[in-house]
Amino acid sequence: MKLKRSLLPLAGFALLLVVLIVGLVHSPEKDIIASPLIGKAAPQFTLPNLFAGKGPVSSAALAGHWSLVNVWGSWCVSCREEHTTLLMIKQQGRVPIIGIDWNDDDADAMQWLQRLGDPYQQVGKDPDGHVAVDWGVYGAPESFLVNPQGMVVYKQIGAMTPQIWQSEFLARIGPAAPGGATSAAAPVVSTAAGSGT
Amino acid sequence: MSAGRRAHTRTASHARTAWAAAAATALLAVLLALGTPRVALAVDSNPPLPTPQMQQRYLALTHQFRCLVCEDESLADSPASAAADMRGVIHTLVLEGDTQQQVRDYMVSRYGEFILFRPPMVWRNAWLWGAPPALMIVGILVAWRVLKARRRLIDEDDGLTTDETLNS
Repeated sequence: MKLKRSLLPLAGFALLLVVLIVGLVHSPEKDIIASPLIGKAAPQFTLPNLFAGKGPVSSAALAGHWSLVNVWGSWCVSCREEHTTLLMIKQQGRVPIIGIDWNDDDADAMQWLQRLGDPYQQVGKDPDGHVAVDWGVYGAPESFLVNPQGMVVYKQIGAMTPQIWQSEFLARIGPAAPGGATSAAAPVVSTAAGSGT
Repeated sequence: MSAGRRAHTRTASHARTAWAAAAATALLAVLLALGTPRVALAVDSNPPLPTPQMQQRYLALTHQFRCLVCEDESLADSPASAAADMRGVIHTLVLEGDTQQQVRDYMVSRYGEFILFRPPMVWRNAWLWGAPPALMIVGILVAWRVLKARRRLIDEDDGLTTDETLNS
């Protein structure tokens, strides 16, 4: 009986330890990454084109195919880090990348793209961040995968890497249509594949 | 006689020190509870809204949301550029006539419930709201039992000493 009572504080301490460890493992950061936009329609937007003279950039560009929406800024260090990966994604040609140049200086942004290469199909500029906030962005870079139905499927916070592109994005997009979109032979090959199955 | 008075003075000064310490602790506790005084930093560059009601709604809202870049600061106090953008959006929504609830719903739909400093009182969050009062009740019960046990020990102790004094 005496032994049992003296064990009580120890049991309480053990319980507290379990609660704290669970709290640490389920840190709020992990909840943030699960953006509430996932599984919802991508927010609509129309932004002026970063390159003056070109037409506005809008969410209409996302309709009917997979797209990658990348929020970036020339002030952002991790954006510099992921830039080569974005160029690789462009070269792969699986999805167009729509850029949202957030909170940036136009001249800096254009110089950045001229110097490092331009991975974007279109870049809209969002100097006051209204569109970025509508997409639930709180840091750059953030990349959203939007499916052909216009639904946000995945969100990457922080720099894109070839590994993440492979495991989180391409895995969701599915296998490439044989021949690829850029090849002229693509329709023929895909019909052949379709009849084969 | 003089020794007695000295002893008396000493106890009095002890008591005074104890009182001062207690008062200082209480004051500190009250100050901490009230929170650090809100220093008006020139963080927010948005122009004041046209009506005092709107301005009040805007200020109430910016203090309710967490800046996700520096998590323990409110949007109103955060110098981060993401916070400035969120303030800009809230400013626009209030100007367009949105109610506090509408703005809250919008922000939660974009950033999730984590952006709220005060999580909503719904069943899903029952443990969050229920745990602190429950723990407090447990703590009070434990403290009460410990104090009771200690009093009993002291009483027994006193009895023993009296016995021993009598015996010697």
